[in-house]
Amino acid sequence: MHMADALLSPAVGGAMWAATAGLIVYSSRKLTLEADDKKIPLMGVTAAFVFAAQMINFTIPATGSSGHLGGGLILAVLLGPHAAFLAMASVLTVQALFFADGGLLALGCNIFNLGFFSCFVAYPLIFKPLAAANPTQGRIVGGSLLAAVVGLQLGAFGVVLETLLSGITALPFSSFVLLMQPIHLAIGIVEGLTTAAVVLFVWQARPEIVAAAAQAKPVGPLSLRKVLVGLAAATVLTGVVFSWFASGQPDGLEWSMFKTSGREELAAPAAGVHESLAGVQEKTALLPDYGFPAGEEEGAAEEAEAWPAVSAGTSVAGLVGSLLTLTLAVLAALALRRRRAAVVAGTR
Amino acid sequence: MSAIESQFFALGETDRLARQDTPLHRLDGRAKLLATLAFLVTVVSFDRYELSALTPFVVFPVALCLGGNVPGRWLWRKILFAAPFAVLIGIFNPLLDRQPLLMIGGLPISGGWISFASILLRFTLTVAAALALTAVTGFNNVCLALRRLGVPRAFVVQLLLLHRYLFVLVEETMSLVRARALRSCGRGTSLREFGSLTGHLLLRTLDRAQRVHQAMSCRGFAGAMPALRPARFGGREIVFVLGWTSLFVALRWVNVSRWLGATVLGWWS
Repeated sequence: MHMADALLSPAVGGAMWAATAGLIVYSSRKLTLEADDKKIPLMGVTAAFVFAAQMINFTIPATGSSGHLGGGLILAVLLGPHAAFLAMASVLTVQALFFADGGLLALGCNIFNLGFFSCFVAYPLIFKPLAAANPTQGRIVGGSLLAAVVGLQLGAFGVVLETLLSGITALPFSSFVLLMQPIHLAIGIVEGLTTAAVVLFVWQARPEIVAAAAQAKPVGPLSLRKVLVGLAAATVLTGVVFSWFASGQPDGLEWSMFKTSGREELAAPAAGVHESLAGVQEKTALLPDYGFPAGEEEGAAEEAEAWPAVSAGTSVAGLVGSLLTLTLAVLAALALRRRRAAVVAGTR
Repeated sequence: MSAIESQFFALGETDRLARQDTPLHRLDGRAKLLATLAFLVTVVSFDRYELSALTPFVVFPVALCLGGNVPGRWLWRKILFAAPFAVLIGIFNPLLDRQPLLMIGGLPISGGWISFASILLRFTLTVAAALALTAVTGFNNVCLALRRLGVPRAFVVQLLLLHRYLFVLVEETMSLVRARALRSCGRGTSLREFGSLTGHLLLRTLDRAQRVHQAMSCRGFAGAMPALRPARFGGREIVFVLGWTSLFVALRWVNVSRWLGATVLGWWS
């Protein structure tokens, strides 16, 4: 499942962009070192194949629903991990730009969740040792199933962590995990079965294709371990920089409290009450042993304290203003468009 | 299947929109890409209960649509098509976060509903901006902009080739699926049949890749795609990026909606 921009904070989005950018540079370097220019059109066309193959459905017995190929694992089996990672990244970029699946800021997360785990974890650590060295029908099916399930479980867990770290949803960790992991177990089984079906067919028809990808040895002096260390550093750094940038702004709650308690001119008649409430608010918030549970709960409790102090005037102003802004934008757009249409019609 | 077919039809529609020739289309892709990224980072940097300060940001996608002659209805349909995940995750907020935050005429509105509305608004804004960017820039120019911003060549060539062959393969797949559907009298596809169908498609794809490679080698391909139009990051591009970025920063600090609402309510009373 794709992460969406709407659920993401800049720190998490930026950190995952850094990690993914590093992996893309690393994979591209590897491919350039391999210096096999035959591989470039092969990668492009195979990525387009993954897109197109998603239109072929098979019927899942006894459920009435249907499944299709996901992509990451079959790309790795056909192209090897580095080329497959770039191909998967390109598929996700096209999805983000044309279908708005996920989003541009979430693209880093999505490439990492769906590309990294299947190409650099599930394929080399599970599929390759199980099935690629000495393929039989059973090994291909078993390897594909296990690799797909593990890859998707890790990817789904990535989505959970990224969403929770961003803090836009109120979903607690445990229920989010319980929601995502079983769904992705089912998706992983379907992915494993479809991958196995295609790999088996190709292996029987043209065994050299499967063998060639498995035997391709990574060349060049770059080692994945060094890259991973560098990546981890870059990720942490970006996360820290972005969260410092974000916390340069007052926290949302504090900010809204400042806005509601600090703008006397809007609620002039009630200024006195307002200020004293704000004072009470400050005092209660500063009480050292106020016994709030940590994190989310604290925010909620503070909010409960704060809400009677929220000036209805300001909030309604925000609401009315928002509706006005949207209406104005739409009206301006329609007017401009109509005028342009009239101009175009006039010139003809 | 018809849904997917229409989805791919929409893919061609994006390219058709991108082939228009407006001042916005002629702007260097890097400028549009950078402004869009600034927009996205600013929009998602608001806290989860923010609603009114986010609405003025609608000006950016609307301006892109107006300047680039992109139909609003087309954009709206694509936004709705992409909505499920954000809605699915966001809908838990009203169930879990029930602290009242706002009173409207005596009706308490919980924080969960506000943050849910905020997620939907963010979603609309970010998705609209990304789609409008593609529609006013064109995929090839986005790729060239990425290359000039330092993205590795192998990845950019990969993106260009994927886009190039997507249409060819989608049509081939559609005829494959249709041929099977016409001969199977509505029977479902078993996993075995699926393997054979997809496998054949894959073998044809690999043969095609070989022919593509031969054709490209004949024409002197050496790992890079040549760009026909020289790129220029001139004064108009600088004004575009700086103008939008400073507007986003200003809107990040000043809540225009709230100010507007207060002013109008002031007239009222």
